[in-house]
Amino acid sequence: MTPHILTRSLNRSATVFLLVLAALGILLPLSNLLLPDGSFLHVPTYLISLFGKYVCYALLALSIDLIWGYCGILSLGHGAFFALGGYAMGMYLMRQIGTRGVYANPILPDFMVFLNYKELPWYWYGFDMFWFAALMVLIVPGLLAFCFGWLAFRSRVTGVYLSIITQAMTYALLLAFFRNDFGFGGNNGLTDFKDILGFNVQADGTRAALFVLSCLALGIGFLICRAVVTSKLGKVLIAIRDAESRTRFLGYRVESYKLFVFTLSACMAGVAGALYVPQVGIINPGEFAPGNSIEAVIWVAVGGRGTLVGAALGAIVVNYAKTVFTSGPLAPYWLFMLGALFVLVTLLLPKGIIGTFNAWWEGRKEKDEARDRAQRDSATAAAAESAAREDGVIERTMVKR
Amino acid sequence: MSLLETRTTSAMLYLDGVHVSFDGFHAINNLSLTLEPGEMRAIIGPNGAGKTTMMDIITGKTKPDKGEVVFDGTTDLTKLDETQIATLGIGRKFQKPTVFESQTIEDNLLLALNVDHRVRGTLFWRRSEPESKRIDRVLEIIRLGDARDRLAGSLSHGQKQWLEIGMLLAQDPKLLLVDEPVAGMTDVETHQTAELLKEINSHDKTVVVVEHDMTFVRELGVKVTCLHEGTVLAEGTIDDVSANERVVEVYLGR
Repeated sequence: MTPHILTRSLNRSATVFLLVLAALGILLPLSNLLLPDGSFLHVPTYLISLFGKYVCYALLALSIDLIWGYCGILSLGHGAFFALGGYAMGMYLMRQIGTRGVYANPILPDFMVFLNYKELPWYWYGFDMFWFAALMVLIVPGLLAFCFGWLAFRSRVTGVYLSIITQAMTYALLLAFFRNDFGFGGNNGLTDFKDILGFNVQADGTRAALFVLSCLALGIGFLICRAVVTSKLGKVLIAIRDAESRTRFLGYRVESYKLFVFTLSACMAGVAGALYVPQVGIINPGEFAPGNSIEAVIWVAVGGRGTLVGAALGAIVVNYAKTVFTSGPLAPYWLFMLGALFVLVTLLLPKGIIGTFNAWWEGRKEKDEARDRAQRDSATAAAAESAAREDGVIERTMVKR
Repeated sequence: MSLLETRTTSAMLYLDGVHVSFDGFHAINNLSLTLEPGEMRAIIGPNGAGKTTMMDIITGKTKPDKGEVVFDGTTDLTKLDETQIATLGIGRKFQKPTVFESQTIEDNLLLALNVDHRVRGTLFWRRSEPESKRIDRVLEIIRLGDARDRLAGSLSHGQKQWLEIGMLLAQDPKLLLVDEPVAGMTDVETHQTAELLKEINSHDKTVVVVEHDMTFVRELGVKVTCLHEGTVLAEGTIDDVSANERVVEVYLGR
C-alpha cells in the first residue's frame, strides 16, 4: 500500500519540489552553523529565522490550497487555525519560563500575575508538557474546524456565504483573544519565551533546528496533500468543486468529504502556526486579523491554486516581496502593492505562476509531439515515394530487358 | 433509511397523489404514476409540464408537499436525501449533460462506479481487475474507448450525453431516470441512443425517459405518459397518446 501511494504521489514537479526543499533544509542550517561569520556563503541566523517563517507560511498556504484549489472551499478564516496552533505552542513556551519571568512565579505566567490571577485557569493545565501541547496543536484547530464544518457543510452553506462566515469566525476569535479575562494574555499575547524542550529559543542551534523542522513539516504536509489529491478521494474533491450536486446524485456524501478535507487542512494550519511562534518569538491576537487570512489566500492565488507546489511558492515569493518592500522607503505602500498584485494576477495570470507555467509546458510538449508526428509522417511519405520510385526504376529496367 | 414494514406495492416506482408548489405555482398536481420492475416508460409533455420536477422529487432534490413516493415497494423516498437515494440504486442523467469537465472520461466513469462511496473507502480505494474491465466495457458501449484520457470538457454535446449515459451504466442502478437523452444529437446518434436504452432495459433495468423528440419516443416503442400542468393527461401507446384530443390540444396550445 505505502509504496503505491508514494509512487502515485510523486510526479516530476512534486519530486523537484521535495528535492529543493530538502536541499534548502539541509544546506542553509549547515552553512549557518559550520561556516565562519565572514564567509561569503555564511547564512546569518536572522535569515534562518526569516526563511523559517516563510516555510511556515508555505505550509499554511498548502493547507488553503488543499481545500480551495481542490474542493472549492474558499476559507477566508484559515489564519484562525494557524493562530490557534500558535497559541497552543505559545502556552507551552510560557510554562517553560518558570521562575525566570519578571514576577518569578513558578506556575503563573507574568501576565496572569499582573492581572491578579490567583491560580492557573483549568485550560492551561497540561501545557507544561510538550507532548500535550503538541497534541493540542493538532486537536484544537482540528476540533474547531470539525464543529464549524459540521454545522456549515450539513446546512449546505457554500460559496461566498461560507467565506463570509469563516471571516466572522476568525474575527470573533480576534475579539475574544483581545480580552484580558479570556486568559491568553489579551492584547500583548504570549511572548518572552526562553526554552523549548530545554534548548534556548534564541540560540543559533535551536533556530537552525526549528528551520529544519519547518522544512520537514512542509515536506510531510506536501506529501499528505499529494497522497490525498492523487487518490480517488482527490477526484471526488474535484468533482465536488466543479459540480457539487452532480456528485451527490452519484451517491457521494458531499458534506463528509468537505468535513474531512477541511479538518485535515485546519490541522496542517495549526502545525504551521506552532512552528511559526518559536521562530518569531511572539503570538498575539493580531494573528487572528481577517486581513491575515485574506493575505494567505492571495499567496495561493499568486502561486497557482490547485497545484500545491504553487501555493508554497506563492507564499514564499509574496512574503519575500513583503520583507523587501516593507523594509524600504516603499513600506507605507505595501498594502496597495499587495492589492495591485492580486488584481493583476487575477487578470493576467488567472492560473497563478505554476498554473501558467504548467499550461505553457504542456502546450510546448504537445507542439513537440505534433512536430515529431509531422516529421515522422513526412519521413514515411518520403520513404514510400522513394520506394515507389525504386519500383518504377526496377520496372523500367525490366522493360528494357 | 426508513423501510416500510411490509412491501406495499409490487411496483419499482410508485407515485401517488404527489403535490409540489413553488411560491404558489403548482408544479406538480396530484401526480400518480406506477412503474413495474423492468419496465421502460417514456414521459412526454410540453414545457413546464413538470417532467424535470418529477425527477427532482424521485431523486430527493425537491421534497413534495404531500403524496407518496415509494421505491421498490419498500422505501419511502420522501424521507431520504440525494445521496441516500443514489445509494439505493436510482441513477439520473440530467437534461443539460452534466459531466465532470476538468477530469478525464475514464475518471468520470471511475467516479460513477458503484463501489464504497464513503470517505475512508474512497481514500484507500484501488481499482481491481473486474472494475477495470467494467470501465473498458462501458467505454466500448458508449464508443469513447479511444478518448478515455481526454478531458470530458473537450467532448461534443452528443458525446457528453453518451458519457453521462455511460456513467449511469457504471453506476449500475436499478432505476434509471434519463432526462432528454437525445437533445443535440444527429439522427444516427438518436437511433443509436434508442438502441442503447433498449439494450439497457433488456437487462432488467427499469428506465424512465423524458423526451420531446417524437421519432425517438416512437422508436423506443414503450408505454408513454403525457404530463400537463403537473398531472397525468394521458397514458398508453404512442399512437393512442398522440391521437388523444386533449394531448393534441395541449401541444398545439389551444
